[in-house]
Amino acid sequence: MSARLEVDIRHRLGALSLDVAFASAGPVTVLFGRSGSGKTSLANIIAGLIRPDAGRVVCGDTVLADSGTRLFLPAHRRRIGYVFQDARLFPHLTVRRNLLYGRWFAGRGEAGPPFDRMVDLLGLGALLDRRPDSLSGGEKQRVAIGRALLAQPRLLVMDEPLASLDEGRKDEILGHIEQIAAAATVPIVYVTHSVREVIRLASHLALIDNGRLQAFGPLAAMLGRIGPAGETGPGEPVVLLDAVVAGIDPVFGLAHLETGIGGIEIARAGLRPGQRVRIRILASDVMLALRAPEAISARNLIAAEVVDLQPVPDGTNARVDVHLRAGDTAFPARITAKARHELGLAPGARVVAVIKSVAIES
Amino acid sequence: MAGWLSAEELVALRLSLTVAGVAVAASLPFGVLVAFLLARGRFRGKAVLDAVVHLPLILPPVVTGYLLLLAFGRKGPVGQWLNDWFGIVLSFRWTGAVLAAAVMGFPLMVRAIRLSLEAVDGRLEDAAATLGASAIWTFLTITLPLAFPGLLAGMILCFAKAMGEFGATITFVSNIPGETQTLPTAIYTFTQTPGGEAGALRLTLVSVALSVAALVASEVLARSLRLRTAAA
Repeated sequence: MSARLEVDIRHRLGALSLDVAFASAGPVTVLFGRSGSGKTSLANIIAGLIRPDAGRVVCGDTVLADSGTRLFLPAHRRRIGYVFQDARLFPHLTVRRNLLYGRWFAGRGEAGPPFDRMVDLLGLGALLDRRPDSLSGGEKQRVAIGRALLAQPRLLVMDEPLASLDEGRKDEILGHIEQIAAAATVPIVYVTHSVREVIRLASHLALIDNGRLQAFGPLAAMLGRIGPAGETGPGEPVVLLDAVVAGIDPVFGLAHLETGIGGIEIARAGLRPGQRVRIRILASDVMLALRAPEAISARNLIAAEVVDLQPVPDGTNARVDVHLRAGDTAFPARITAKARHELGLAPGARVVAVIKSVAIES
Repeated sequence: MAGWLSAEELVALRLSLTVAGVAVAASLPFGVLVAFLLARGRFRGKAVLDAVVHLPLILPPVVTGYLLLLAFGRKGPVGQWLNDWFGIVLSFRWTGAVLAAAVMGFPLMVRAIRLSLEAVDGRLEDAAATLGASAIWTFLTITLPLAFPGLLAGMILCFAKAMGEFGATITFVSNIPGETQTLPTAIYTFTQTPGGEAGALRLTLVSVALSVAALVASEVLARSLRLRTAAA
């Protein structure tokens, strides 16, 4: 059971006024929003680097800040690990001394993660005697993650840790962060404006725009509010499915995925049989047919049942969101009201869903 | 060197080195403290502190020396108190020369340390805090080591200034061979004495060598400071 994080703060920062309240029990809470929306300031308030004008921050059983009782635990007594966008390694210390810096302050009483295991996990063995200025961006960020975790934090805050890395390094570091999240020993607050990182890491999502919390909830319930370009708002429904790579077709290069709604084939290099991935399907990428269409280029035809129909509340009533079920798994389709009328769709109808596009997220 | 310089010149050189060394060592803790207050502090009277520290740089040294004499002389309020309670006498003693040298070198020391403290990236101090380091530990393990070249540069500048101090020294503690006669006052004495040109020239060469060495050393350290504080 991971610690519960409660944030309820108001803070004025120049032109931006922060007003955010949420309580997350999730192992990975992502603060998502555009740059300048106040995400980093919120992370700094959680870590104790900024004292909020008013409000409370509670982590697990420990009140970190409460303007009501004038309590403000300074950053160094919070035991909140922080991985900054710029790694902020200490330039005068070797990698080894950087890694051990926080461990020394954490005290001997508590058993932290073993140093050697952390070094192995993050692949730092060859770097230990080097100085930070001789490391690449990805290496620095790996050291920064190890340094934060070795300080035995009760919570790990990561502020866009991939932002300054090139694409190849992003994947590598993201893999390490996924591993840490999966181990679930430390809850994570992760700041980003990348949809890809949200989908790979988040258990809970806080959408922040212009200092305000737009919405908060578990990832699955929030996905529809994240557009493809990362803008937040009342977007279209999305389904996120956990999938396993069942096999690779060597002739045509297609990967066969087993998912909750059935088999899905996608063209995607770099997948291995047995690999677990997350896929994302947008409602507008799902077409509906009454019978399995013949001679069609789309590969993914899923037999499904209509559960419910909702007009899209955009003021025109021109489109309808259709909630479908295949097996035990629900997924959405967005079609025009005219198509719905011509197909005569109603709850209980049997349809074939043609999935035009699948985004794979890991 | 002992053969090259006369016994009297050697005494003056040794006294100068002692006075300057003790002046640097004694003022270093205060220099770090004041530099830290000026670099990071937010308090009322910061501008006043800044001005007071820099005053000896602007005042005529003779004035500084006379003010020291008024305050620390046998009849001066501080001098009397030091004498009554600790038996310490500063006026016309080598310890007084140390005080004069320290006061004159202090602005240079504070300036160099302050600049190096300001050059330390505050974000690294934030990082140290999230790793559990209190403000004092952060200062000792992050800020001070990163500012160390500036610290050394400040000490060298203060040392060089102390070696060359003339006006405040001669006003406050006079020019007593073996007690308060430092390199500059010895040179002055030589120039006032018939046949003293050779001695004056020898001590001048020693002074020039020491000053150039100090300047080169502080330049090298300043460069190494820029390299070390480049964010990693």
